[in-house]
Amino acid sequence: MAHAPQSNFENPVVNWIDQRLPIFTMMNKEYGSFPTPRNFNYFWNFGALAMVVLMTMIVSGIVLAMHYTNNTLLAFDSVERIMRDVNWGWMIRYIHANGASMFFIAVYIHIFRGIYYGSYKAPRELIWIFGVVILLLMMGTAFMGYVLPWGQMSFWGATVITNLFSAIPVVGESIVTLLWGGFSVDNPTLNRFFALHYLLPFVLLAVVVLHVAALHITGSNNPLGIEPKGPQDTLPFHPYYTTKDIFGATIFLIIFAAFVFFAPNYMGHPDNYIPADPLVTPAHIVPEWYFLPFYAILRSITFAISLPFTDVVLVPAKLGGVLAMFGSIAILFVLPWLDSSPVRSARFRPIFKWWVLLCLVPAFFMLGYAGGKPAEQPYVLIGQLGTVMYFAFFLALPIIGRIEKPLPLPASIANPVLGGNAATAK
Amino acid sequence: MADTMHAGDGQTRRDFIYLAGAAMGGVGAAAALWPFIHSLNPAADTLALASIEVDLAPIQPGQAIKAMWRGKPVFIRNRTQEEIDAARAVPTAELIDPQPDQARVKEGKDNWLVLVGVCTHLGCIPLGTSSGESKGDFGGWFCPCHGSHYDTSGRIRKGPAPLNLHVPEYAFLTDTRVKIG
Repeated sequence: MAHAPQSNFENPVVNWIDQRLPIFTMMNKEYGSFPTPRNFNYFWNFGALAMVVLMTMIVSGIVLAMHYTNNTLLAFDSVERIMRDVNWGWMIRYIHANGASMFFIAVYIHIFRGIYYGSYKAPRELIWIFGVVILLLMMGTAFMGYVLPWGQMSFWGATVITNLFSAIPVVGESIVTLLWGGFSVDNPTLNRFFALHYLLPFVLLAVVVLHVAALHITGSNNPLGIEPKGPQDTLPFHPYYTTKDIFGATIFLIIFAAFVFFAPNYMGHPDNYIPADPLVTPAHIVPEWYFLPFYAILRSITFAISLPFTDVVLVPAKLGGVLAMFGSIAILFVLPWLDSSPVRSARFRPIFKWWVLLCLVPAFFMLGYAGGKPAEQPYVLIGQLGTVMYFAFFLALPIIGRIEKPLPLPASIANPVLGGNAATAK
Repeated sequence: MADTMHAGDGQTRRDFIYLAGAAMGGVGAAAALWPFIHSLNPAADTLALASIEVDLAPIQPGQAIKAMWRGKPVFIRNRTQEEIDAARAVPTAELIDPQPDQARVKEGKDNWLVLVGVCTHLGCIPLGTSSGESKGDFGGWFCPCHGSHYDTSGRIRKGPAPLNLHVPEYAFLTDTRVKIG
């Protein structure tokens, strides 16, 4: 017991446990007295909200897995049985289906917050990188989950997305066969997607633990983007931010419930209530809404890239689209090093602020719009413009950081928050 | 370190053992991983279903059918003389994926076109096999997903698909019977 920390909990059982495994001390340190910048706005709710949805997805998903049948002949009917016969099955499935959308809503806003307030900058680069890994895991998990009901969109979405890998030169076709476990999307594909759909959320949870652990080393960023300089700049996490997060979660869950109970299929596609048919392709295949921006980038590369003045094709259109789509996520990994400005918050960055609001945000919505439309004009052009704007946003950051003249930063968080003329001090 | 190391002797020998040990360990790990990866490739029963036989007798000139092969459709089209002529009139050099029509059919069976009915873009099933479906701008097939047009030889002529529709391995068992796969 020489190294055991002294615990001072009133409850003797808590005390006994804490001296042997100091989880209560840790919880108190990380979520009780944890010093948190006092000036959070509501954008800082979305990390906690994403965690709430992740837990909802894991709980509803485990229950659904107990009723789901993982076989191409039975999967669709087993989902219909969940909807019609299983007690509360309709609600649990609608929670799970809409939960995926709510998860992406929370995470996209969370990412926007990170970009706008420069949360990815030193010393928080690793937190950001874990976050991008989480986004990738979410996308993989959501994609495979959508295949499980074995409807038309499930089947054809899986076909289109797995075929992306055939664009890889030389080994592409072999990789696709390996992914499928056959010569087309079929029972072996469904089986492995189900196994991975069950596994990946727990991998995701582990990365979330790393994301949060790293956050608790550096502490949170805040809307001013300056570090707390002392106790006057922070508040204990409890009760101030536990309360604020619970309030935010309540609003968020009301919206979530509104979808589940009043518009459960609003964010879905009706074709997924048609059983999968390998011989008939739907008139136009669209992924779930949260993939549309990336799908639009994929479709925007309609041209091959050749050696100048020759017919030698370096990058065929299909490979180009795939590279652009994966590149749109990969570029997020290097964002902390693309942005050369030492100032975090867009509030003090006159060019960056409008560059986010007038380039990145419209690009995201343009791509989302074009991705949901058929591959014809003017939608292709809108998608191509969105693609250019999306990549231009990131690639211009090194230059913007150099030419931009940031506004003077406040002396401390406490000054502008608590009032006083010091807000504009240098 | 200096007192435990014999210059030019212990250091290099230990390094060699580390490297050799790590290399052997790496080879062992890769060998152990392979069965788990290969288990995801098509299983023996999947491969066993890899060929089918199709009776061509009911297919009239100008008609086409879909057969199911390896979980995906095969288009079998009994082409009219005009369709064959149209496919052969195009200079090969103008094509996105240059290939003469003769190379895509069996000699002496020029009317029979056998294709894997999967768009080479992202795997949708092109329209144009059943009567009444759009055959696209070149009288062959049209993929509704991303707008690829194929001609009467199943060659890509317009749209994002990079390659012609694949011709599967097949052989005529008799004049009216083919084995695909």
